[in-house]
Amino acid sequence: MDTFVFLTTILLPALFDGLIVTLELIATAAPFGLLAGIGVAVGRTYGSRWISLPLRGYVAFIKGCPLLLLLFILYFGLPSIGIRLSPFLASVIGFIFCNSAYNSEYIRGALLSVKEGQMIAAQALGMSRWQSIRYIILPQALRRAIPGMTNEFIYLIKYSSLAFMITAVELTGAGKLVATKYFLFNETFVVIAIVYLFLVTVTTVAANMLEKKFAVPT
Amino acid sequence: MGADKYILRVEDIHKAYGDREVLKGVSFNVRKGETKVFIGPSGTGKSTLLRCINQLTLPDQGRVFLNDEEVTNSGTRINYFRQKIGMVFQNFYLFDHLTAVRNVEVALLKVKKMDAAAAREKALEELRRVGMEDWADHYPAELSGGQAQRVSIARALAMDPDVILFDEPTSALDPELTREVLEVMKNLARQGMTMLVVTHEMGFALSVANEVLFMEHGKVVERGTPAQLLNDPAFTRTKNFIGKFRDYNEE
Ligand SMILES: Nc1ncnc2c1ncn2[C@@H]1O[C@H](COP(=O)(O)OP(=O)(O)O)[C@@H](O)[C@H]1O
Ligand SMILES: [Mg+2]
Repeated sequence: MDTFVFLTTILLPALFDGLIVTLELIATAAPFGLLAGIGVAVGRTYGSRWISLPLRGYVAFIKGCPLLLLLFILYFGLPSIGIRLSPFLASVIGFIFCNSAYNSEYIRGALLSVKEGQMIAAQALGMSRWQSIRYIILPQALRRAIPGMTNEFIYLIKYSSLAFMITAVELTGAGKLVATKYFLFNETFVVIAIVYLFLVTVTTVAANMLEKKFAVPT
Repeated sequence: MGADKYILRVEDIHKAYGDREVLKGVSFNVRKGETKVFIGPSGTGKSTLLRCINQLTLPDQGRVFLNDEEVTNSGTRINYFRQKIGMVFQNFYLFDHLTAVRNVEVALLKVKKMDAAAAREKALEELRRVGMEDWADHYPAELSGGQAQRVSIARALAMDPDVILFDEPTSALDPELTREVLEVMKNLARQGMTMLVVTHEMGFALSVANEVLFMEHGKVVERGTPAQLLNDPAFTRTKNFIGKFRDYNEE
């Protein structure tokens, strides 16, 4: 078969369907990964021992557990206790766990780097501890965490391919199915690599714009 | 003389860090419109005293009353009292991510729940009061120390406090910038603001204070009007301290 015909009539349509799934996985996981990351970081930094200790355990567990294993537990393991998740949902939950744990580390570092006087001044104006965190500390910390969280988002783009290991046919998976069927591995994987490179590049550019938009003179 | 004449009453404040006693029973009363200046060697507990008044530091013993309401042991109502007791810090502590005007309005919006237009108007008005309205849209990093301190004074003023605590407001500034901040503070005193000021600026203390309190080792050891401190032979320790400062400043 002509390479051009293969590309346009078989590979690209299949990859397009896969790409949609990849984008859905990322778009669903990332916002929750960010919110949970903020929650974990704030809880660990400002919470009582009863809040910070379990969160510390959570982060340690996620960092220590291979993501693939986590996905296997969610998809193949949970049914034995009666919880059945679709491949998509199991993947998203696994990604949220992973993304939030690493995001929380970047945010926590940023929270600790905000100067002590900021909290003192906020409280001296009559802000509660929570208001001080919400309106004064977090906005500064999140700005500083943008580069780290961007890295984490890029990892998310790439490890979203692990969803295929629990049968969610995303970009990599769609390509692999085509490549195996037509025995055209090099063509297929080069195209897939270009798509990932494109996604990562767009992310990097967008993150730079975000950083500029929120930049504060120092 | 009824206690109700006092806007602020500070009664027998004690504070220790470990077995180091930093405040050993400090008491004083403040009338509306008065300026009290605290002087004394560093490490004597002056900052700790101011922070005990708005409970940023919790005293071990003693009570504070604002308009006869107890500030100490007030639970979450402390956030109400802190609106009424402004504070200005040596290092300004402006919010780094907010422009000058937003520094002033953020507590109006989030604490006083004012609407956006009213908060902005009030914030600009306070900036005007300290001569900083032209700098409203600048970030703290773009301001000189004196400008930053004036913005922080505007931020405190915006809450319409009953009293403002100044903790060495000019100690981080060089002499030229010190002057512009002291000028703002003198104006406030003239306009009837009630102020407690920790400072090493003797000129300011002697010209503006209704009472100067000399602290040493966690206690107020001598106190009196500027005239008394200068003329009454009893105030030996204060005079000694001021004298040392004069020598030091002239070097
Ligand atoms: N949070 C703290 N923990 C331990 N010691 C403190 C703390 N804050 C102040 N101190 C000590 O209390 C003493 C008085 O400090 P401070 O009130 O800052 O004095 P001043 O403002 O008169 O220079 C100092 O010896 C200081 O080291
Ligand atoms: Mg001090």
